[in-house]
Amino acid sequence: MRPIIRIDRLRKVYKGGLVALGDVSLAIDEGEIFALLGPNGAGKTTLIGIACGLVNATSGRVEAGGHDIVRDYRAARRLIGLVPQEIATDSFESVISTVRFSRGLFGCPPDPAVLERVLRQLSLWEKRDAKIMTLSGGMKRRVMIAKALVHEPRILFLDEPSAGVDVELRRGMWDTVRSLRDAGVTIILTTHYIEEAEEMADRIGVINKGELILVEEKTALMRKLGRKELRLQLGEALAVIPEPLVPWALELQDDGLTLVYRFETAAGQSRIDELLRELRQLGIGFHDLETRQSSLEEIFMSLVRKAS
Amino acid sequence: MNLHAVREIYRFEMARTFRTIVQSILAPALTTSLYFIVFGSAIGSRMTAIDGVPYGAFIVPGLIMLSVLTESIGNASFGIYFPKWSGTIYELLSAPVSTAEIVLGYVGAAATKATMLGLIILLTSTFFVPLQVRHPVWMVVFLLMTAVTFSLFGFLLGVWATTWEKLQFVPLLVVTPLTFLGGSFYSIDMLPGVWRTVTLFNPVVYLISGFRWSFYGKADVNVVLSFSIIVAIMAACLVLIAWMIRTGWRLKH
Repeated sequence: MRPIIRIDRLRKVYKGGLVALGDVSLAIDEGEIFALLGPNGAGKTTLIGIACGLVNATSGRVEAGGHDIVRDYRAARRLIGLVPQEIATDSFESVISTVRFSRGLFGCPPDPAVLERVLRQLSLWEKRDAKIMTLSGGMKRRVMIAKALVHEPRILFLDEPSAGVDVELRRGMWDTVRSLRDAGVTIILTTHYIEEAEEMADRIGVINKGELILVEEKTALMRKLGRKELRLQLGEALAVIPEPLVPWALELQDDGLTLVYRFETAAGQSRIDELLRELRQLGIGFHDLETRQSSLEEIFMSLVRKAS
Repeated sequence: MNLHAVREIYRFEMARTFRTIVQSILAPALTTSLYFIVFGSAIGSRMTAIDGVPYGAFIVPGLIMLSVLTESIGNASFGIYFPKWSGTIYELLSAPVSTAEIVLGYVGAAATKATMLGLIILLTSTFFVPLQVRHPVWMVVFLLMTAVTFSLFGFLLGVWATTWEKLQFVPLLVVTPLTFLGGSFYSIDMLPGVWRTVTLFNPVVYLISGFRWSFYGKADVNVVLSFSIIVAIMAACLVLIAWMIRTGWRLKH
């Protein structure tokens, strides 16, 4: 797959010397959902801001669809839609009027059919004549998406799309994003909701203090950096870990009734067989067992801690 | 050129005017009518003619200029400041539209509104005072030039302002005094020597004088100088806007 966004040694230093981005390079493939994870102040919004023309880069370059976002900004921006983190709408305007305004801004002639399709897609058609100030927060968020989509962009930037929205709306948003990806739109989302990235992303980039720590396919990242846990429910409580099991670095929980074994999935060999054999030889029985994979959140926290 | 964008910005701004027609058009028209009643009919009837023009008629060009100046600055500055304040500016900055096109949309709408208001006041004045326009083409030229120039100035003001207070500061504390002292209600020839000289440093004097000349063929200062001053102010605004476009001053981080 060919990259639709190329970011080359992008650097942003704000007045006062704050380095928001330090020589970030990244390529985003057409048609993928790319999640940019990072704590507050990591540089996610600055990166999006530069790509969309809201922020001037100190150095480096960004291309969208092969067009330089500064030199060839018209062609580049026509390809891009942006849904910012904050809900910012013209409260006194009607839904259809503000969406029509956005289409015109992006140089597209009025097209009632496109307006209707986009508003129906986001379940806003029935509210097309309502003033934005009368809509719920969730609907306003959908209006923002409609405004970003009405010029039919090939790239959609979603800056913290789930910030401040309830669970139901968040799930609805995820469905919308997936349907856009199915329609061929490349989606770049920033989030600090790990669940969101885990649920939707094809690839994940982790950014911290303006540095891109890692870019990896989500499943590969989970496989490579994920930890697993084997939890054995013992028949009889153990007071201490028996001497022969000390090298396994096991942990006793629930007053000695649960034995926990943690292992790296990347190691390839879990050695579970060996552990179970050794338990049998020591006469330690168990009546249940379960395994659990560490979440993306745990991976993310571990990466950020390491980078710090 | 992204004409669709220019048209949408223009349409959006004009729609706001018609949505708030009482505040945008009727209120200024009413205020100016009150000036005609008080200064034109009530007080003006006891005042002598100036340069052979009855006082009520004499103040018409000044009152139109006062409204056009105030409204041009107010509309254009509010037009660009409001998206900055509400956050919707992100859409303008991320769209394939140049700053020049943004300026064209906002300034075009602000100048249109101010010109409309000027013409409404002109029409209203005919109900109160006898009026003549000796140079109608020049009257329209002065009106349009002033509306465009001060809409450009208002746009700069809106970009500069970071608070509502700053947005109001220049119109209330600079422009209004300059307009009142710029010969709206009197001829600067009526001032004693030193004050007449001081007044000549007020650019509004030249706008009102030139505009009044288009009505009655009489001016406080040379009409060519008046026109040149408007052109100079417009050029200064355009230079500042060109610099703003290049640097993204107060629009981009």
